[in-house]
Amino acid sequence: MLESSAQAVSRAIGLGKHVNGPAGGLTILASLSLEIEAGEAVAILGASGSGKSTLLGLLAGLDDPTSGEVWLCGTRVSDLDEDGRAELRSGRVGFVFQNFQLLPTLTARENVLLPLELTGARDAARRADEALERVGLAARADHYPKQLSGGEQQRVAIARAYAPRPSVLFADEPTGNLDQATGEHIIDLLLDLREEAGAALVLVTHDAQLAERCDRRLVMNNGHLESLA
Amino acid sequence: MKAWRITLRLLRQDWRSGELYLLSAALVLTVAAITAVGFFTDRVEATMERQGSALIAADLVLESSHPLTQDFAQEARARGLDIAQLVEFRSVVVAARGPQLVQIKAVDPSYPLRGELRLSDGLEAPDRAALSGPAAGEAWAESRLLRLLAVDVGAELGVGDTQLRIGAILTKEPDQGRSFFNIAPRVLMNRTDLAATKLIGPASRATYRLLVAGPADAVSGFKAWVEPKLGVDVTLDDAADARPEFASAIERASRFLHLATLVTLLVAGAAIALASHRLVERQIDAVAVMRCLGAARHLLMQVFVLRLVVFGLLASLLGCLLGWAGQQGLALALSDWFAKDLPPPSLAPALVGMTTGMTALLGFAVPPLFQLAQVPPLRAIRRDLGAPRASAAVSLGAAAAALAVLVFWQANDAELAWKLLAAVLGTLVTLILTVLGLVRLAGGLAGRARGVWRLGLAALARRPSTAVLQITGLGIGILALLLLAVVRVDLLKSWQETLPEGAPNYFLINIQPQEVEPLKGFLRASDIPAPVLYPMIRGRLLRINAHSVEPSDYEDPRAERLASREFNLSYAEDAQPDNRIVAGRWWTDAAAAPQLSVEQGIAETLGIGLGDELTFWVSGHEVSAPVTSLREVQWDSFNVNFFVASSPALLKDEAATYITSFYLPPDREPLIAELTQRFPSVTSLDVDAILAQVRAIIDRGVLAVEYVFLFTLVAGLLVMYAGIQASLEQRRVEHGVLRTLGARRRALLGSLAVEFAGAGLLAGLLATIFAQATGYILAEQLFELEFSPNPALWAVGVLGSALLIGLAGTLATYPLLIQPPLKTLRDEG
Repeated sequence: MLESSAQAVSRAIGLGKHVNGPAGGLTILASLSLEIEAGEAVAILGASGSGKSTLLGLLAGLDDPTSGEVWLCGTRVSDLDEDGRAELRSGRVGFVFQNFQLLPTLTARENVLLPLELTGARDAARRADEALERVGLAARADHYPKQLSGGEQQRVAIARAYAPRPSVLFADEPTGNLDQATGEHIIDLLLDLREEAGAALVLVTHDAQLAERCDRRLVMNNGHLESLA
Repeated sequence: MKAWRITLRLLRQDWRSGELYLLSAALVLTVAAITAVGFFTDRVEATMERQGSALIAADLVLESSHPLTQDFAQEARARGLDIAQLVEFRSVVVAARGPQLVQIKAVDPSYPLRGELRLSDGLEAPDRAALSGPAAGEAWAESRLLRLLAVDVGAELGVGDTQLRIGAILTKEPDQGRSFFNIAPRVLMNRTDLAATKLIGPASRATYRLLVAGPADAVSGFKAWVEPKLGVDVTLDDAADARPEFASAIERASRFLHLATLVTLLVAGAAIALASHRLVERQIDAVAVMRCLGAARHLLMQVFVLRLVVFGLLASLLGCLLGWAGQQGLALALSDWFAKDLPPPSLAPALVGMTTGMTALLGFAVPPLFQLAQVPPLRAIRRDLGAPRASAAVSLGAAAAALAVLVFWQANDAELAWKLLAAVLGTLVTLILTVLGLVRLAGGLAGRARGVWRLGLAALARRPSTAVLQITGLGIGILALLLLAVVRVDLLKSWQETLPEGAPNYFLINIQPQEVEPLKGFLRASDIPAPVLYPMIRGRLLRINAHSVEPSDYEDPRAERLASREFNLSYAEDAQPDNRIVAGRWWTDAAAAPQLSVEQGIAETLGIGLGDELTFWVSGHEVSAPVTSLREVQWDSFNVNFFVASSPALLKDEAATYITSFYLPPDREPLIAELTQRFPSVTSLDVDAILAQVRAIIDRGVLAVEYVFLFTLVAGLLVMYAGIQASLEQRRVEHGVLRTLGARRRALLGSLAVEFAGAGLLAGLLATIFAQATGYILAEQLFELEFSPNPALWAVGVLGSALLIGLAGTLATYPLLIQPPLKTLRDEG
């Protein structure tokens, strides 16, 4: 199962994360291994505090594991410094967060423009507009996040995540702050866009129904990952 | 390119969203204050120098007891400077009633080059400004001479071998102060008549002067050219060497102005620091997201620094414009003072303003921004992660270094800079330590408190950095406002009081010992309070310890002059009330052993220390005594003062004349004529003109300082606003949660009021203590003024702060309370 695959966009080998808290040491992840292939949609389920978000952060190169290694888009993350990791993510990795994380001082269009400008894309403006149109928010391109509903904000975040055409998209409880209908609409959008872009999707959620729509479902339990049939 | 594009976009957005308003206001204000004061002091100093010039009737004066070489005059002319030459000597003039000893000054028609010559056409006629010196064949004389000779305008005056017609009565000579101790009535005549008098020959005792005036750079160019060419018998004076009363007033005015600028700089610096901190706090999430999206740290740093530089330049430019407008307003307000041709403000203050603005901004804002670049990208999914706390020492060090550089640069006065920095750092450290202590206490109390109190106290304890920042910011704001009050009310008042109405405006000199009692009796009989008469003995300083005093030993021209001329020595049992002993002790009684007390300034100039044995040549023999005290003298008090005073034992048997100063109301002037007739050897000197000029400097200086303090006032209010804003963000969520849980608005409002009033009370108490201490240090050590603690300041400082901050803080937070809790919580999400 852990054999290297030419198509793997994200790979974890023997990943461990241990933190020291006020009540002593705590193992969040224990020698966990995982491989996600290009275009694959993987849902990671688990109870609150089970370590799902920690795993997501490690897979995206946002944090350092205590043990083991992480590969992202064919590069071993531990070989890179902070700036190298940022460069690795730039244009290749998209994010959708539970609390949207749009920059409040930028309009919807400018939020989508940001990762495109970071990659130095030439046709950034056109691609940003296209992405917004794709999520149905072309008319609200000049609105600030505060002027948008929660669902709309998350659609802007999805447009931002997909605009640079990433290889992998990490979504951390993307529907956690939304009602069920809106949440389903967001998942539709995420999966559709994933298909269009041919990107892998790593979806962290505690909603089993949403998870079922992914190609593969994994459950976090006591720091270990188990596959659901 | 990428960095530029992102920078400009973020900058535009920052501005639109209001993120930068507070920081801009602080920066614009700092630069405006520095620039306005820079532009203005340029012009004020020019004007003050001009007024100093009026006291020597020129910008530069070359003086010698021999005729000056014409090379000097030619060179000055070649440099486009105006010149006037004059010869001053003592002689006897003859009128119908008999001869009279006079002091004659033979001048060119261009005299005076600076200042005003005034004359009247008759003993009872009003005086008017003279456009030039006396015409050939004419003499102008003081009314005293006319009274002594019993003649009026139009009479003939025998001067040496020639006759001159008295053309007018001389009422004011700008440079009369130079000849302070000349005892004879003064006569002004044309220099072309001098040869005909045959009074001046190669061996005659006379003083030759070349007056030079013109544009500042030409004057300094000439000064640099002429200085190395001066022989031992030629001295060079400029406006700064004008009378010490005048120099002292100018120095104080300039110190006050610099102090005002520095206080503004410090307070606005605090506002910049608070605003930067807030800006950084609000950027943490954005940075985390940008790092997730692949922005490298160095790119973010580039973006931040570029953003800061572009913003800083724009704000500084605006500040410069505002500063320029501000100084125009100030110049307009003091237009009567600036009546004459003022140089237009140079661009230099604008550059100084821009540099100051950028240094302050970078010093205060860059360390927090570096900290921002360290925000972990993981923060985007884990909100509990904050920005790693940059080492507090680095942040504080950068801010302190920027501050120190600016203070020293702006103060242009190491003493002022040190004292101010020490006061500010002392205040800061005490404020921070006290607040930290109280935060600990709050943490301890939180467990025992209930409801909103527990929340408030716990929040305070959990966020010590915010609490420290807030209370320190408030403290600095209050300190600035209180210092304003101390300087405005107390220091400026005591400055004005150094020259109260009724300050002595007449000096009587050359009073013989046998005339002392009759003179006192005469003044008493004329309803003038009898002044103290001081004995005055002439003496030349021969030796300091075993070392002979030679003028050529000193490089400092002032020291050289002092070493070459006779001192006016005096003796007294008690020190004069306005003198202050700064080292050693004054003698205890009349029978004390022979000893000397020396004025501090002259002691420094000549290198005289406590315990040195000074030897003077007095009336044909040597007298020696050790220096047992150094004194500080209020030269601008217009009281009689001496550089060197001795215990009675040393000098009381030497031949002395007496000197005194007293106030004569303007309508009693004829008394002087009566006095000089009654006591012919006594010379009276009218110092009203100098007095009026010094008073004018003080009054206008006070006005200028008050104007500059307007900037400080705004900066103080700004820093308080920033202090209140500092905690606003964090309260938003707390209040949303508390209100959702059922806390009543009134209860929250009450706890807010108590919290802000408490912070105000604490900050106010600390600020008041420091304002009083700083005021004391400034008054006693820097401005040499009396300081009396002001009890009203305590009431205003402590209670006023509690009230003001309580009210302002509650009002600023009130909008959070009237928002529906859901909106508050959603905004945060």
